[in-house]
Amino acid sequence: MVHLKTGALAFVAALLASTSAFAQARELKYYADFDPIPLAAFEALIVDFEAANPDVDVVLQNFDHEGYKTAIRNFLTADSPDLANWYAGNRMAPFVNAGQFQDVSDVWEANGLSDSLASAKASMTIDDKQWGVPYTYYQWGIYFNKDVYKSVGVEVPATWAGFVENCTKFKAAGIDCLTTGTKALWPAAGIFDYINMRTNGYEFHMDLTAGKIAWTDDRVKATFAEWAKIQPYITANHAALEWEEAAALMVQGKAANYVMGNFSVGNFKEGGMTNDTLGFMVFPEITPGIPRAEEAPTDTIHIPAGAKNVDDAKKFLAFVADADVQTKLNAALNQLPTNKNSSVNADDPFLVAGFEALSSAYALAQFFDRDAPAEMAKAGMEGFQQFMVQPEELDNILNRLEQVRGQVYK
Amino acid sequence: MSAYWKANQRRLAPWMFLAPGLAIFALYVIIPIFQSIWYSFYDWDGLSPPVWIGTANYVELTTDPNMVTSFWNNLIWLLLYMLAVPLGLFIAIFLNQTVRGIRIYKSLFFFPFVISQVVVGLIFSWFYAPNFGPLYLLIEQVTGKGVALLADPDLVTYGIIAAGLWPQIAYVMILYLTGLNNVAPDQVEAARLDGAKGWRMLWYVILPQLRPATFIAVVVTVIGALRSFDLVSIMTNGGPFGSSRVLSYYMYEQALSEYGYRMGYGAAIAVVLFAIMMVFISGFIWKMWRDEPER
Repeated sequence: MVHLKTGALAFVAALLASTSAFAQARELKYYADFDPIPLAAFEALIVDFEAANPDVDVVLQNFDHEGYKTAIRNFLTADSPDLANWYAGNRMAPFVNAGQFQDVSDVWEANGLSDSLASAKASMTIDDKQWGVPYTYYQWGIYFNKDVYKSVGVEVPATWAGFVENCTKFKAAGIDCLTTGTKALWPAAGIFDYINMRTNGYEFHMDLTAGKIAWTDDRVKATFAEWAKIQPYITANHAALEWEEAAALMVQGKAANYVMGNFSVGNFKEGGMTNDTLGFMVFPEITPGIPRAEEAPTDTIHIPAGAKNVDDAKKFLAFVADADVQTKLNAALNQLPTNKNSSVNADDPFLVAGFEALSSAYALAQFFDRDAPAEMAKAGMEGFQQFMVQPEELDNILNRLEQVRGQVYK
Repeated sequence: MSAYWKANQRRLAPWMFLAPGLAIFALYVIIPIFQSIWYSFYDWDGLSPPVWIGTANYVELTTDPNMVTSFWNNLIWLLLYMLAVPLGLFIAIFLNQTVRGIRIYKSLFFFPFVISQVVVGLIFSWFYAPNFGPLYLLIEQVTGKGVALLADPDLVTYGIIAAGLWPQIAYVMILYLTGLNNVAPDQVEAARLDGAKGWRMLWYVILPQLRPATFIAVVVTVIGALRSFDLVSIMTNGGPFGSSRVLSYYMYEQALSEYGYRMGYGAAIAVVLFAIMMVFISGFIWKMWRDEPER
């Protein structure tokens, strides 16, 4: 009996001690949508942050990636965390405009981020204020199977004309020149973005996604005319394929090229490709002399309007923006740091190539579904998918997109 | 109080037993119906304050090509889904015999209805898949050129309906099997003495006795066709380029999906779908009311 009593007492004492320990540490609630590898990377980052700020206790609540897109709308209005993951560009506009994200311009000011994060600043800015901090991005480009190039006997093209000419040779060898899997629609947008930026330039692309240019404009038609040149050489049933299934086609040597983001390297390598057989090239020039812009979707952290612990949240943002922190984080993520003073793993040729491509680029686009408003993005991507299946429907597609443009941008 | 209770006990008691059910039905079904109708007159993204726009959502619906596609697809679903009724009847009659192990065959035929629609969708996606799906390979063997059903805008809806029919036929079959158990043997015997067999026996003796089962089978099939959502979502996401959308999926896309959040427009689609369903539901209720013997 006595033993039981002391045991209970000790338990109560332990409880008291633990709650008082929690009471000292200020809680910082962080909602995120990490896949397993990024989750591990961020758990390491949080350990470092807590070591630097012993009085803060970061509580990370991880959501399923797809479910998060719905969940964020509920928790921002109902039960707001102190930090939340989201994306840059037009993707954050609904939350900014509805007053759900806090202005964090002071964090940018105090830490000199306008200089160190210069490449991502434009995509974090709405109404001349910054609404979050970017921690990673990755390049898009053309990934290709070097073995297939060798067996067909063609060189890596330097120009668009060369790329199109290669396609005829791949076709003759029974290989899809360009593969893609558009069941989830977005891979189609990568192809459009690049052809449009290479044909008409970055400013035109941005104006188009901002709704300032008609979809029936001749310059848009010029973009599709370039696309039509490779349309016959794209994997036939792409509309029924997930992007991973198309990646498998390239691994198996049934396809030569794939316009994709750098996250796909993991899939190619899991399929058995190595640094010797997997190649990366920047999307070739179409209209000569146009400054080269690249796609670099940026992942970001924001402070919701309903955050309770804003001071510590801002400390966390400043921490995540730090050059060394981003170096370590992105080494684990296998992506590119947004801080220009960070460094990348020199052993990974794709990261090195990507870092070079992005740092020498004239400008960075986010991606069609982040640059254009949601409704336009959806209609656009459906149109791109349809064009690759039924190129003869182009006029109908563009008229429909123009109709959607009239409804979306008011 | 107690005098009032005593006087009206028989009248009040049923309502008291019904009260919890009615309250929940009102909260989760009746009130949301009116809320949806109310939202359909607003432009609302779920975050900002809603803006009253009158009937603008409905006006937009009339010219929305996606709406037209969804509507026609729903019609195709309704028509082809009805195949489940005769096919289910056929299998039920086929299985309604006493041979050794018939129960195992019956449960095997019933199996597709037991597994989740999501699993059915995945199985058929693989069945149709380009490059490795059995159907694709079969067509490639026969015609020399494979057809990826789910990538073809003209065939995709039929492919999904075929997947939906698989469990639906099993469902209808089980309804008819129970119905066949209740067919009066003396009537069959009498008909046989009068020389009826084959089609005539089925048409004039068996089917009339199966009318209640047929009624339920038609009801569940119509409702099943109209609320088809899971298969479309799993197999194609409404694609390619929206050609396999149905009303319920389009409503979800507009109101709740990643690129949607037009709550008002989604609500307007929901109201249209509700109106279509009401045509059928009121028909069914009217028939049940008419058939009620003790009215």
